[in-house]
Amino acid sequence: MTILPPGVSARQFSKALAEFATVVGADWVLSSEEDLQPYRDHFSLLKDQPDELQASAAVCPADVAQVQAIVRIANRYKTPLFAISTGKNFAYGGPAPNVRGSVTVDLKRMNRVLELDEKRHFVLVEPGVSYMDLYRYIQERNLKVWVDTADVGWGGLMGNALEHGVGYTLGPYRDHFSAHCGMEVVLPDGDLMRTGMGALPGSGGWQDYKHGFGPDPAGLFAQGGFGIVVKMGFRLMPQPEHWRTGLVTVPKRRDLIPMVDTVNYLTDLFVIGEPLYGSPLRILRNDKAFLQAAESFDEAALDRVAAEHSLHSWQVELQFYGSEKTTLANWEWAKELMLRNIPGAQCFDGESLRVPVTPEQIERSTHPYPAPYASQMRRNVMHGVPKLYAWWMPSRTDDFPDSWNQSHLGLFSVVGRSGEAVLQAQRDFDRVARDMGSKPAMPYAISTPLNWNQSAFLLGNGAFGSATRNEATPQSKLDQLKLLREVLKRNAAMGYGDYRAPPLLQDAVADQYSFNNHALRRFNERLKDAADPNGILLPGRGGIWPKALRALRGAIRK
Amino acid sequence: MKKSAVVMGLLLCSGSGAAIAVDIPAAVAAGKNVFEIRCAPCHAAGLGGDPGRDHLPGTDALRIKYKGTTVPALLERRTDLTEPVLKVYLRHGSWSMPPFRKTEVSDADIANLAAYFAATSLASERK
Repeated sequence: MTILPPGVSARQFSKALAEFATVVGADWVLSSEEDLQPYRDHFSLLKDQPDELQASAAVCPADVAQVQAIVRIANRYKTPLFAISTGKNFAYGGPAPNVRGSVTVDLKRMNRVLELDEKRHFVLVEPGVSYMDLYRYIQERNLKVWVDTADVGWGGLMGNALEHGVGYTLGPYRDHFSAHCGMEVVLPDGDLMRTGMGALPGSGGWQDYKHGFGPDPAGLFAQGGFGIVVKMGFRLMPQPEHWRTGLVTVPKRRDLIPMVDTVNYLTDLFVIGEPLYGSPLRILRNDKAFLQAAESFDEAALDRVAAEHSLHSWQVELQFYGSEKTTLANWEWAKELMLRNIPGAQCFDGESLRVPVTPEQIERSTHPYPAPYASQMRRNVMHGVPKLYAWWMPSRTDDFPDSWNQSHLGLFSVVGRSGEAVLQAQRDFDRVARDMGSKPAMPYAISTPLNWNQSAFLLGNGAFGSATRNEATPQSKLDQLKLLREVLKRNAAMGYGDYRAPPLLQDAVADQYSFNNHALRRFNERLKDAADPNGILLPGRGGIWPKALRALRGAIRK
Repeated sequence: MKKSAVVMGLLLCSGSGAAIAVDIPAAVAAGKNVFEIRCAPCHAAGLGGDPGRDHLPGTDALRIKYKGTTVPALLERRTDLTEPVLKVYLRHGSWSMPPFRKTEVSDADIANLAAYFAATSLASERK
């Protein structure tokens, strides 16, 4: 079945494809059903539905000039383009576009590491460079820098950063967009622009100073359709000499508050890498008294149950990068602060490893903490080693031998970075789940925040993200889509917005950010109309629609 | 000897069906490279041959899938991964494995992978 871009006739489309072929060669214009299979979202809630978000064709340029030419042709034929780099944005839409019938510009062939400076700690890459590619490049040359990798390492530095993706080492590196340092962009009219010091011809500091002078439009290219980024710089963490971990547990439910305060202090002094919060009470998930207390948010009862089982209520695992001596001194200091700030806190020494660690150390399944306390640390990402370990989540496992998660989907809300905010969000999310007739596998009362972004918490909407693992009929997926949109609406009414979303939910998430009658979206769309009058570049991305296609906002399965 | 002929046969039958002169060691070496970059992160053997759940989800999924059968979890031990079979899996995906685009794994890469698997399955049979 041929899919056409909206408003483009079969004849015009055929002519556009022929023109694309003159630029990239006929072999790199893909339009058969077979060739376009891998451009679909493997986990789409609309899989195989007539309105599934699918590309009409893919064009695969080999260099910047070809990208410029493609954009100019698309303007002539009013053909919407969607750009992908490594195309692995799974759980957030994969390689699929926002508009059915878009031509996907597949940038994977542009896969060079253009420059890596081991002393100034940066890299400049093309779009197709994955975390695994860069890691291999670093290892082959025995360079002393780390790449802060996404959990599933087949993704690309550029694509992940432009999706506001995150990592796991020190704060300045694990917010991947913030860690970028300069970009080169093909604009909607095919013009070429550089940001920061890249705008100054001959500057030797493009990746050293990303601000340059004047307004920096770099943010427009993340979760937005203002250009196709074709080069991007990133800060790299210098390889430390030593890595050390330690576990802190606190006895009472409200101890979460001073624990978060203490961790924030250490985080913002750049003493620790990503802290991993958890609750030792997870092991009571089949205990009747615990479940009753957790589901009613009865704090006194939760403390009582924890004490009866000789368990602490919360834990946080800390990690330190530096030398053997500095990591020890920092861990000793962290212990001192925790014991001073939280009566009854316990601290357990974790691992102390010379860097670089060995593959055996990365994959070791044992941890040094006394039962029942356990480490949640995935050592590979803490050491900038890209792997696919996390792909067990949608896969067949011993717990689910006969199913896979066909609607693998990330759903995380931004929550204030305090213990009070987390305790409130747990109640809020639980109320929404109950109202919607859903129940998380683990009670919300012990859900813990993810500190992927240094200055913010994300809290998973655990009742909804993977709800259809065992029931993946076409109708159940449509029901889930409807449910998710309602959840997003209710979350927004309580002040929670998601940080990232697949195209099917991007309008719903953009709706959450509605201050002053959507002033932010109105401003972005004014810019969009000025910069991209034909509305051809990534229309709908981030909920920003060009004038020509604005009627498509929220139109799919309304 | 018999297996070598099978390897050669696979390579000769690839593409249009016409006999094509293929340098088998080069194809196997190229296939090994594709395997290591594209497949091994999910489908390799774990350290010490242990395909732990958290480390190699592809190997682990196939271990569960083929439990109680003689089909090995490791791709490098499979004897049935011919070029057409690989093409179906790679271009369409299978369960949680998403499909791969031509910009990631070319048709030539798939032919080389088939040569590599034919060689590795032969080697593992000899052990």
